[in-house]
Amino acid sequence: MARRSRKANRRHPLATVLLIAIGLVVTGGGYAAFSSTTAATAETDMSSQQVIDEGEKLFASNCATCHGMSLQGTDDGPSLIGVGAASVNFQVGTGRMPLAMQGPQAMQKPVQFTDEQTAAMAAYVASISPGPAIPDASLLQADGDAANGGELFRINCAMCHNVAGAGGALTEGKYAPELTGVLATHIYEAMLTGPQNMPVFNDDNLTPEDKRDIITYLKYVENNPSPGGFELGNLGPVAEGLFAWIFGLGAIIGLMVWLTAKSN
Amino acid sequence: MTSTIERTEAAESPATPKKGGGITGAAANYLDERTSISAVVKEFGRKIFPDHWSFMLGEVALYSFVVIILSGTFLTFFFQASMVETHYEGAFVPLKGVEMSAAMDSALHISFDVRGGLLVRQIHHWAALLFIASIGLHMLRVFFTGAFRKPRELNWMIGFVLFVLAMAEGFTGYSLPDDLLSGNGLRIIDGLIKGMPVIGTWTSFLLFGGEFPGTAIVGRLYTLHILLLPAILVAFLALHLVFVVVHKHTQFAGPGRTEKNVIGYPILPVYAAKAGGFFFLVFGVIALMASFFTINPIWNYGPYDPSPVSAGTQPDWYIGFADGALRLIPPGLEFVWLNHTWSFNIIIPVIALVLLLLFVAIYPFVESWVTGDKREHHILDRPRNAPTRTAIGAAGVTFYAALWAAASSDLMATHFQLSIEGVIHVVQAWAVLGPFIAYFITKRVCIGLMKKDREIVLHGYESGRIVRLPGGEYIEVHEQLDDYERWKLVDYESFEPIMLRPNSNGKITPVMRLRSAMSNWFFEDRIAPASRAELDAAHGHGHAPAVGTGSPARGELEDQTGGNTHH
Repeated sequence: MARRSRKANRRHPLATVLLIAIGLVVTGGGYAAFSSTTAATAETDMSSQQVIDEGEKLFASNCATCHGMSLQGTDDGPSLIGVGAASVNFQVGTGRMPLAMQGPQAMQKPVQFTDEQTAAMAAYVASISPGPAIPDASLLQADGDAANGGELFRINCAMCHNVAGAGGALTEGKYAPELTGVLATHIYEAMLTGPQNMPVFNDDNLTPEDKRDIITYLKYVENNPSPGGFELGNLGPVAEGLFAWIFGLGAIIGLMVWLTAKSN
Repeated sequence: MTSTIERTEAAESPATPKKGGGITGAAANYLDERTSISAVVKEFGRKIFPDHWSFMLGEVALYSFVVIILSGTFLTFFFQASMVETHYEGAFVPLKGVEMSAAMDSALHISFDVRGGLLVRQIHHWAALLFIASIGLHMLRVFFTGAFRKPRELNWMIGFVLFVLAMAEGFTGYSLPDDLLSGNGLRIIDGLIKGMPVIGTWTSFLLFGGEFPGTAIVGRLYTLHILLLPAILVAFLALHLVFVVVHKHTQFAGPGRTEKNVIGYPILPVYAAKAGGFFFLVFGVIALMASFFTINPIWNYGPYDPSPVSAGTQPDWYIGFADGALRLIPPGLEFVWLNHTWSFNIIIPVIALVLLLLFVAIYPFVESWVTGDKREHHILDRPRNAPTRTAIGAAGVTFYAALWAAASSDLMATHFQLSIEGVIHVVQAWAVLGPFIAYFITKRVCIGLMKKDREIVLHGYESGRIVRLPGGEYIEVHEQLDDYERWKLVDYESFEPIMLRPNSNGKITPVMRLRSAMSNWFFEDRIAPASRAELDAAHGHGHAPAVGTGSPARGELEDQTGGNTHH
């Protein structure tokens, strides 16, 4: 009896579905566990000589073509002396480096290195000459004063990144990117190091607490859905106008055609 | 000293309500005996509306205006039109304690703390966008079908004034919350005003009560927004509707439709039901949009402060063409003369915009002067049957679209990974060359379509059915149109250019030359509708529709234009 029912269960039409679900949960869970492990080990000891040596090797094979074997820079890329670990972590960690091609500015791409490798290269660059360090985790918790952050953002950032952080155009094909979905570390490092066309906001200009507040504000806007409904990309009146014309007036014209249609 | 007024019939005849009229009948009679309203009901109730979807665009504008008034009234209960400084203490965390004007504070209060306030705010704003959009489409419909011709030229002007008033309403409303985006927009307007030579700075100081932004502008705009502009708008709207009733509605050509009748449904009961239902449909669409889609999230923009200027600052869509004109104007239009800097960067686009709007306003008069056609028109043109007008309209739309697109040049650059200079240069070329290209393409397309219509009328349309004749020959069978369909294709007027003839003094003045040249330009390329003779020859049965019997004033036209090809 028991054997029969087990057999029946095995041939149940939903058995395959269940099997696939189990398989997915196991592999997905395993992957998640694995990637969180790598994230955990990314808290690398930046001063360890072994890590620095590892970073030097990675640098020599991936970066030195443009930045020079001793970070002195070449015709194709700037010197990296004094840029610090924060710069490396931002440029490599967001996929901007290594560069795919010369252009108006480095584009965000799929990240090419693991967190460990990025940390190793950052440690190597920081070991050559001092520069801004990777920010302390205590500043990245998005637990500061959002109101102060919002005010600072409007005054210092909105003219390029747009008041809602939707990004904006600069000259000659350069642009300020959208800020939703950017890690708190990378936002902080961007303010600290001024990548691409961005100005540097050093600690005299915006104190670490100010930077923390700005991150708090951006994360608040990102994590709290708009009380008014779908945001239409936060693009302001252009998106609203297109929506009103295409969907609003479009729907109304559809109704008009329906109302005046002749019955057959 | 005294004058006597004859009593009207309605007041005179008591006409005791018949038994069985019930309470409705009694109430109607009570009202009628005291107001003589039955005459009005009779007049309006029997007003005929032809059925075509495009005739309802004006209604959409009217209904969105009603929605705007309803929602706007609600907003006035809570809005403070004051620039007194205060600190926000409402529900929205990222603005807590931030210094702002009372106007912004109350707009945030409406959004977060008044029950249903955000919904009403969004209804008000979405309805405003739809209001002006439907006015624009309504104007295009009227333009392309020639519905602005005599006797409706004045109503076109009134409609144009309504369009401008609606834009002014929109802009003043957009500026009221005193948020960063609207403040940036106001700064651009300030720049436009200051760009006027000589009087600019004084005018700006007059408007803002001192240096921008001052502390007066929100209160002043509020007065304009809820008092002055709506009052003028309602007055013109009433006038517009009175004219619609006086002129009767236009209609497209069709069997039985002449310049002297209107075929359609009466207001009572059919159209009142349809239109009443349609009001709720429009309201419903607006309410759906407002429920599900954020518009003007002022909480993201923050309070206005003259120092921050946001990237991607655009006005609402209907002011976009003005913003775009400013973005398109090439640099370097300034020089020093008599120790003063003379800047033309602002005044040139402003003049271009004013000329564009002026041309739209006076177009009916321009066209009737060029064509010399002073007759009344109640039968609409199909756009293809007036190729030059349609082409002018297409050129205008293209020019407007270029200015409009330029207002979003930065978004096009970021979203399509282009350089903003490249986008601007392309749109500059589009604004200058586009209208000419659009003009020629549209005119050729119209003439091509007219040729196709003529071909179909005379020879029928290809049925796709191939038949082999007894002799072995293959032919494709052409199906003939029925008389109703054919009528629509042949009932239009074909003009010929005005002949240049000396006037009564035996002279040809330069004005006459100009008019003749313009007339030539208008009517040089034309396809005459198939004549009765041609139809008879083509079909050979003599059952073709009686073509061209519906124009009462042909003789008048012939005097004006020296004959036409309409038989």
